[in-house]
Amino acid sequence: MSYETTLSHDEHHAEHPTGLKRWVFTTNHKEIGTLYLIFSLIAFMLGGAMAMVIRAELFIPGLQLVNPEFFNQMTTMHALVMIFGAVMPAFVGLANWMVPLMIGAPDMALPRMNNWSFWILPFAFFLLLMTLFLPSGGPASGWTLYPPLSLQGGTNIAFVIFAIHLMGISSIMGAINIIVTILNMRAPGMTLLRMPLFVWTWLITGFLLIAVMPVLAGAVTMLLTDRFFGTSFFNAAGGGDPVMYQHIFWFFGHPEVYIMILPAFGIISEILPTFSRKPLFGYTSMVYATASIAFLSFIVWAHHMFTVGMPLGGNLFFMYATMVIAVPTGVKVFNWISTMWRGSMSFETPMLFALGFIVLFTIGGFSGLMLAIVPADFQYHDTYFVVAHFHYVLVTGSVFAIMAGVYYWLPKWTGYMYNEKLGKIHFWWSAISVNVLFFPQHYLGLAGMPRRIPDYAVQFAEFNMISSIGGFAFGLAQLLFIYIIWQAARGGERATDQVWDGARGLEWTVPSPAPLHTFDTPPKVDDSVTVHSDTLA
Amino acid sequence: MAEHYYVPHTAKWPIVGSIGLFVMMLGAGSWLNQAAIGPWFTLAGSVIVLVMIFGWFAQVIGESEQGLYNRAVDGSFRQGMIWFIFSEVMFFAAFFGALFYARMFAVPWLGGEGAGAMTNELLFPEFDAAWPTAGPAQLGGDFQIIPAFELPLLNTLILLTSGLTITLAHWALKKAKRGALVGWMAATVALGSIFLYFQASEYVHAYQDLGLTLGSGIYGSTFFMLTGFHGLHVTLGTIMLIVITLRCMAGHFSKKNHFGFEAVAWYWHFVDVVWLGLFVFVYVI
Ligand code: HEM
Ligand SMILES: [Cu+2]
Repeated sequence: MSYETTLSHDEHHAEHPTGLKRWVFTTNHKEIGTLYLIFSLIAFMLGGAMAMVIRAELFIPGLQLVNPEFFNQMTTMHALVMIFGAVMPAFVGLANWMVPLMIGAPDMALPRMNNWSFWILPFAFFLLLMTLFLPSGGPASGWTLYPPLSLQGGTNIAFVIFAIHLMGISSIMGAINIIVTILNMRAPGMTLLRMPLFVWTWLITGFLLIAVMPVLAGAVTMLLTDRFFGTSFFNAAGGGDPVMYQHIFWFFGHPEVYIMILPAFGIISEILPTFSRKPLFGYTSMVYATASIAFLSFIVWAHHMFTVGMPLGGNLFFMYATMVIAVPTGVKVFNWISTMWRGSMSFETPMLFALGFIVLFTIGGFSGLMLAIVPADFQYHDTYFVVAHFHYVLVTGSVFAIMAGVYYWLPKWTGYMYNEKLGKIHFWWSAISVNVLFFPQHYLGLAGMPRRIPDYAVQFAEFNMISSIGGFAFGLAQLLFIYIIWQAARGGERATDQVWDGARGLEWTVPSPAPLHTFDTPPKVDDSVTVHSDTLA
Repeated sequence: MAEHYYVPHTAKWPIVGSIGLFVMMLGAGSWLNQAAIGPWFTLAGSVIVLVMIFGWFAQVIGESEQGLYNRAVDGSFRQGMIWFIFSEVMFFAAFFGALFYARMFAVPWLGGEGAGAMTNELLFPEFDAAWPTAGPAQLGGDFQIIPAFELPLLNTLILLTSGLTITLAHWALKKAKRGALVGWMAATVALGSIFLYFQASEYVHAYQDLGLTLGSGIYGSTFFMLTGFHGLHVTLGTIMLIVITLRCMAGHFSKKNHFGFEAVAWYWHFVDVVWLGLFVFVYVI
């Protein structure tokens, strides 16, 4: 990468290792950010390949390509790889790259631990994926690992549980680092309410991560001891309860979905002002909305369990609490749209993905509201309607936001503009195919097709075939994404420091590509360099 | 004091730590899959992790003693430690949550309360909900529990006292009285070790005389997992206290600058507070 040439001459940094050692021993937030992003891209491809297996098997009714056991391993692994390998590391990678640049810090607060957070991940995924090649196969109970099913498979579940422990350790350390960086490393003048929204959303996400990853660790530890050491947490014969697992798991699980969407909100809130050439509308209300969403995310978990036989009062509480989240989310969507109102807008690829995000994520939000209605969920639960819901929020939500962020910041990372024409093709191809892929799944679910099955009744044939075609097209589009990134890393039109003419904020004051060390002496920050301050409007 | 925020240019220990954790987990997983190499891998991994911890800390302590860290670095360490302790709190919260759920919902429902009437009637008509319980099937056989106001109460007093002694040590440190500092630290280590000894003998008593084991249904599960993880934390805390005591003897800390000491003290107080929760909810109520 070309920023080596601009390496700081400070004797402190003079002996920087090269080759593989450089990446293994690095403490630099930009290099670690790059590692995270590349790791995430690899996981995205791997998880995508598993999705292709799933869609190929579902292309027509009947069992064709894989046996049901392996199919279940694919749905389980696809989710685990995408959540813990693709989406979460992508956001951590973006935070690593951008948070220090945005707040004027020389690096992350705890640089060695930063290295460790990343370098646990490849080992964790090796442990996880290895199980696919062992005699009793990978986990096949769905990513939620509900007992008793998850405990009735092979003893390989031990490796899966340990892999989850490792991923948890990595996430917690990553989150601690990001929070401490934000709270402790801001340049003078970068007050909390001057911070870019991406930084704000990550501050809150970090808190969620530290609060719930240990709970997941506890849940899977109980699975481990139930399976191997004779405890009865989830065994009714011993006075335990399998439903208890679901409560503990979703106490982690629901905040987890917000962990995967709050940084996305942050990215969108960075991109829209730039391409609308207007400050973000309602900055402070965005901060409060993010905080309220985070708070509410702790008291809605049992909306994943409406059909499990909770007392009526429980169902009602969790239904209303869930619906309340629509209020702060609505505030956000309103502010985004108001930001664009009367803006002088242009539609480069990051903006296209951001707009795609707003429209399509909102569809996912609406299907979420439908699912939150208890009597309706009795019908929808465990059908393809749920699958459609979470893919709208996660693929056209989180993943689109990540792609928007990658296009937006890529010139800052590599120093070259990506190919705008190919970027636009990538957007339109993805946006169309993703709808072909997931929209029909709403109908499948409403018609009663259950999720996580390799075969289905013939009345579901047409929609499944359409969905699979969309799936293959979407998968193909991502190869183009890789090509575009590769091309922009190799060369092309030189990027200016500001890159986008509407862009404001500290990250756009450093050269493109950003040199390895930035802000060794902290910059002075006032309202003129921050984008979002309400006082600007 | 250093002017710039200290950013090390390379880090060699993290990758050692990752490899150590990996070997350890691979070993533990293989062990549970009846592979003969399992225990050896687990052992090797643990050794690597220990080496990593010592190496990493030695490096950080060395840098600190050289004066490479400024106030901001100190702040990062402090905040990092606080968030780490918070994550530990949440880990225990999962197990406390399991205890509360079992006692308030799962067991009463099995006994026929609420919507559980038919479950009880059809599946476990013999079962009367009560606590402690090993469930309708009385898994693990009959057992007796450990009375709260004997050894556990003594252990509570021991841990509370150790919270006091470590504070006295801190005061001594702030007044630069090394003799008193080392004395109070030694007292804290001793109290921690006595606590652990009593805990261990309580476990032996439970297994040998009371029939109370990890397999004693939901009571045994929650009892041993909560007290067990707590005991592990006390063990870790005691080791940390020993290291800090040695550092105090080596004259590492100054009146103003002794974050290493404070971090361990915070950790020790955290372990103490968890024990109070355990004493109340596991032993007394
Ligand atoms: C408007 C806000 C949202 C509401 C009201 C909502 C509601 C729900 C409900 C009620 C379910 C359970 C459906 C069932 O299993 O029967 C569900 C599932 C799910 N939601 Fe959402 N949701 C919202 C936003 C999100 C977001 C932002 C994400 C992630 C970025 C997300 C990810 C998921 C996932 C992954 C599942 C399925 C988990 C599984 O069973 O495997 N949701 N949602
Ligand atoms: Cu949820």
